[in-house]
Amino acid sequence: MTATLTATHSIGLDIVLSRWARIDSTVSDAAAPIGDTQERQRAAWMAAAQGGDRRAYEQVLAASVPLIRVAARRKGVAVDQLDDVVQETLLTVHRVRHTYDPSRSYDAWLSALAGRRAIDALRSQGRRGSREVHDELAYDMHPDIDDATAATEREQEAQRLHDAIASLPPGQREAIEQLGLKERSLAEASAETGRQTGALKVNLHRALKALRSRFHGES
Amino acid sequence: MAEPRLPESLIQSLGDQLLPVRRLPPPWVRTLGWLVVVAVIAAGLLAHYGATHMMRRFEAAPDIAMAGVGAVITAVCAAWAAFTLGVPGRSSRWAWLPLPGLLLWVGASGLGCMRDWLGPSAHIAAFHEASDCLIFIISLSVPLSVLLIWLLRRACPLRPVLAAIMIGLASAAASAALLEICHAFAVAATDLLTHAMAVAIVVLVNALMGGRLLQPALK
Repeated sequence: MTATLTATHSIGLDIVLSRWARIDSTVSDAAAPIGDTQERQRAAWMAAAQGGDRRAYEQVLAASVPLIRVAARRKGVAVDQLDDVVQETLLTVHRVRHTYDPSRSYDAWLSALAGRRAIDALRSQGRRGSREVHDELAYDMHPDIDDATAATEREQEAQRLHDAIASLPPGQREAIEQLGLKERSLAEASAETGRQTGALKVNLHRALKALRSRFHGES
Repeated sequence: MAEPRLPESLIQSLGDQLLPVRRLPPPWVRTLGWLVVVAVIAAGLLAHYGATHMMRRFEAAPDIAMAGVGAVITAVCAAWAAFTLGVPGRSSRWAWLPLPGLLLWVGASGLGCMRDWLGPSAHIAAFHEASDCLIFIISLSVPLSVLLIWLLRRACPLRPVLAAIMIGLASAAASAALLEICHAFAVAATDLLTHAMAVAIVVLVNALMGGRLLQPALK
C-alpha cells in the first residue's frame, strides 16, 4: 500500500515536472498532431531498438538527424560544423540508449543530447579560435611554401601524424591504416583484418575524433 | 535536400553493433535502492546504540527530532533529484526538490541552537566532540557518495556538477540523520557549525570530483 502510494506520488510529481521541462524543450513539435504522431513513432522505434531491433534502430537514427541539426542550429552551431555534431550525437545516442524511457518524449531526450554535443562543439571551436592568430601582415610576410623551413615543417607534421596514429588503440589504428592510409575498401579491410565492417567504421570514426581532438589540442 | 552520406554510413555501422540493452529503472526506483543501503546502516547503528537514548533526546528537545526529519527528507529528495538529473531531457529544476527538507533541517537545527544559547541547561559540545561529528559525517558520506556516483555512472547526467552537488547533499544529509542515532549531546553553536562545515565539505568535494567522474558516456 505504502509502496503503491509512493509510486503514485512519484509518478505524479514526475509528470508535473516533466510538463514544466517540456516547455524548455528545444524541439517544439509536440503540439502539432502530425508531429506528435511522428514523435510517438520515433519513441516506439527507440523502444524496439533497446530490445535489439536493428531496422527500428536505423529508422530512429535516420529520423533523428534533422532533429539534431535543428537542436544544434538553435544553440548557434555553424552550418559547416553540423555534421560533426550529428556524428557525435549519434555516437552518444548509441552509448546511452539504455537511458531512454519509452513513456517519455524521445525528442526531448534526443534534443538534450544534441544540445550538449552542440555546446561541446562550440567550446572546442572557441578554444581553437583563441589559439589562431588573424594577422594580415604576418600572412603577407609568410615565406613561400617551397622553402626549406616549410619542407621541414611538413616533415615534422607528417611525423606528428604518424606518432599520433601509432598512439591510437589497436582497433582504431588498424581502421585508420586500412581505410585511411592504404585506401582499402571496407570489404577488403574486413577481409584483411577479419573484423566486421561495422566495427571498422565505428573505429574509423573514433580514430578520426581522437586525432582531431589531439591536433586541436583538446586532449 | 538529401542528407550527407556520412551519417548514413555511421547509422549503418551503429546498426551493425546494436545489442539489446537493459533499460535504466525509473529514478524513484533507483532512489529506493540507495535508501535501502542507508536503512541497513541505520539498522546497524540502532542495533549497536539502541533507540532509548535517541528517543530521550527527541522528547527533551523536539527541534532535534525535526532537524532529523528535515535531514531525512533532504537526503531522499536530493538522491531522487540526482537520479532524475542523470536522465537526458529531464528538467534541471529537479535540483530545487531538496530545498524544503533543507530549510526544515537548517531551521530546526538553528532553533535548537538558539534554545541552548538562551538557556544552556544541556551539555554543550566541546571542540573535540564536535570534531567527532565532522569525522562521522564525512567518513560515512564517502561510501554513500561513492555508491551514488557508481549508480549514476550508468546514467548520463548532462549537468554533472549539479548532479554531483545533489549527490553530496544526499550523502551528507543521510550521514547527519544517521548521526542522530548515536549523537551524545544537544545541538549547540559549535556542533551546528561543525555539521554545516561537514555538509559543505562533502558537497564541495563531490562537486569538484563527482562532476568529472559522472560522465563516462560523454567522453
